[in-house]
Amino acid sequence: MSSEVPAITVRGLVKSFGEVKALAGVDLDVAAGTVLGLLGPNGAGKTTFVRVLTTLLRADGGTASVLGLDVVADAGELRQRIGLAGQYAAVDENLTGLENLVMVGRLYGMTRGKAKARGMELLDRFDLTDAAKRPVKTYSGGMRRRLDLAAALVAKPPVLFLDEPTTGLDPRSRLGMWDVIEDLVAEGSTVLLTTQYLEEADRLADRIAVIDHGLVIAEGTSDELKDRVGGERLEVRLEDPSDAEPAVQALLPMADEPPKCDGILVTIGVRQRHGIIVEAVRRLSEAGVEVDDLALRRPTLDDVFLTLTGHAVEETTADESPEAAPV
Amino acid sequence: MRRLVSDTLVIAERNLIRLPRAPELLLAFTVQPIMFLLLFRYVFGGAISTPGIPYVQFLIPGIIVQNIAFGGFVTALGLNEDVHKGLIDRFRSLPMARAAVLAGRTFSDIVTNSLSVAILLVTGVIIGFSFNTDVLHVIAGIVLLLMFGYAFSWVFAFVGLVASTPESANSVGFIAIFPLTFISSAFVPVASMPSVLQAFAKVNPFTITVNAIRSLWLGLPAGNYVWGAVVWTVVITAVFAPLAVSRYRKQGRA
Repeated sequence: MSSEVPAITVRGLVKSFGEVKALAGVDLDVAAGTVLGLLGPNGAGKTTFVRVLTTLLRADGGTASVLGLDVVADAGELRQRIGLAGQYAAVDENLTGLENLVMVGRLYGMTRGKAKARGMELLDRFDLTDAAKRPVKTYSGGMRRRLDLAAALVAKPPVLFLDEPTTGLDPRSRLGMWDVIEDLVAEGSTVLLTTQYLEEADRLADRIAVIDHGLVIAEGTSDELKDRVGGERLEVRLEDPSDAEPAVQALLPMADEPPKCDGILVTIGVRQRHGIIVEAVRRLSEAGVEVDDLALRRPTLDDVFLTLTGHAVEETTADESPEAAPV
Repeated sequence: MRRLVSDTLVIAERNLIRLPRAPELLLAFTVQPIMFLLLFRYVFGGAISTPGIPYVQFLIPGIIVQNIAFGGFVTALGLNEDVHKGLIDRFRSLPMARAAVLAGRTFSDIVTNSLSVAILLVTGVIIGFSFNTDVLHVIAGIVLLLMFGYAFSWVFAFVGLVASTPESANSVGFIAIFPLTFISSAFVPVASMPSVLQAFAKVNPFTITVNAIRSLWLGLPAGNYVWGAVVWTVVITAVFAPLAVSRYRKQGRA
């Protein structure tokens, strides 16, 4: 699996909807056989980006190609090589799981028999065999997403686009979905995955691109990104706000970056997880600071944004608020 | 071209297998028109005078034409749902023929329309309707009906793609098309209307098509009705099919 040849190449991609610049000049490469996680809040331009690359939407400027095929000039041929799944691609609720997959297979040009065999194979793989002959409207959210992903895989496309594949799923279904996606990745598909969850990108992606206001503001491996964000966060909740200054002083030697203090909440960035809590408790107790609660947490999308852009995540659409990511 | 035909059939099959599973739709084009038929035959019919022919003979062609125009409603609702549930996105990301989604949709309407014509004709015969012409004319009438219904499927395809919700597709259908069917010769003789309405009713495609069916099935004077109906059918299709297709291509491009 060569990582030299980019499977996806994007240069200066621009797309506006009226006044709103959804994409403001995106440059991005995704090497063949790798997974790129496109990380950003709602309204950052992730879905617009996926829609342009899957030929659903025409960009106002710039170029994009998948496997060397231009998204506009070679759209027809390109559609044979890609699969799309996620929050906006869908399955027919009134058909059964198998009927959905057979329909998609035949629309890829397969014979009915071949489409059916492939459909059964995928249902088996995604643990949906028992539900194969039930209408999709009886499926749970997790089962629908798995079927949706199966539909994207019918023609064994070399490049997959997964648009927020776990948004809106409960934590258990999300974990199941991650397992499924990890298997795909292990088989060598090139995957572009959009997500609002740093943890999801961290687990599934080889490289992560952070997108905000239609621009890629950072790109790198998960470790590179975390280094920029400053690793984990130690949060200390104080009994008494007047203890804030002594607490900051006590924790300062452990911190990677200047501690932040917000009323009774003191946050420091730490790189090394090991032994941190014990040391923090010791230092705080020596300083005579009363602690209400103390916890170590991983950086979130908010931390990434705060560090990279200086502002917190701005929700431009409120309808799909991110639920708590599973820990 | 072969791809277009096979993709269209796949989509049509998909639309049709779901029908028995969504009984409310099936109900809409079976029970509802029968109810209408009985209401007009037995409630209003006695008060409407149709010189020269019994009301049941007058009514059946009218109600079948009205009903077949609304047969495309399944297309409006189905397309609207497909847009909102993201299925159109899935189809557009597949290497299928670009026109197949709409062609399959309107094609499946022909199947459901045939079913509803059959149901209404059987009900009509039970309550006293009879053909006064030969088999060829009867079949010509059915073909004309299906063509007319197909033209309206494209109207509804456009409505379904433009409408923001299934409810608004519903109200557009009712506000725009329902009155058209009543200000026509479908239920009452045009001569009984005020002169302003008469002028409108005389050029109304519903009047022309209903009169065409009456001439083909009952042997009433044909005039230019049959050709007029064919022209209307072609014109409506020629206007709304390109509108719907161009709307489909731009779907989601905003």
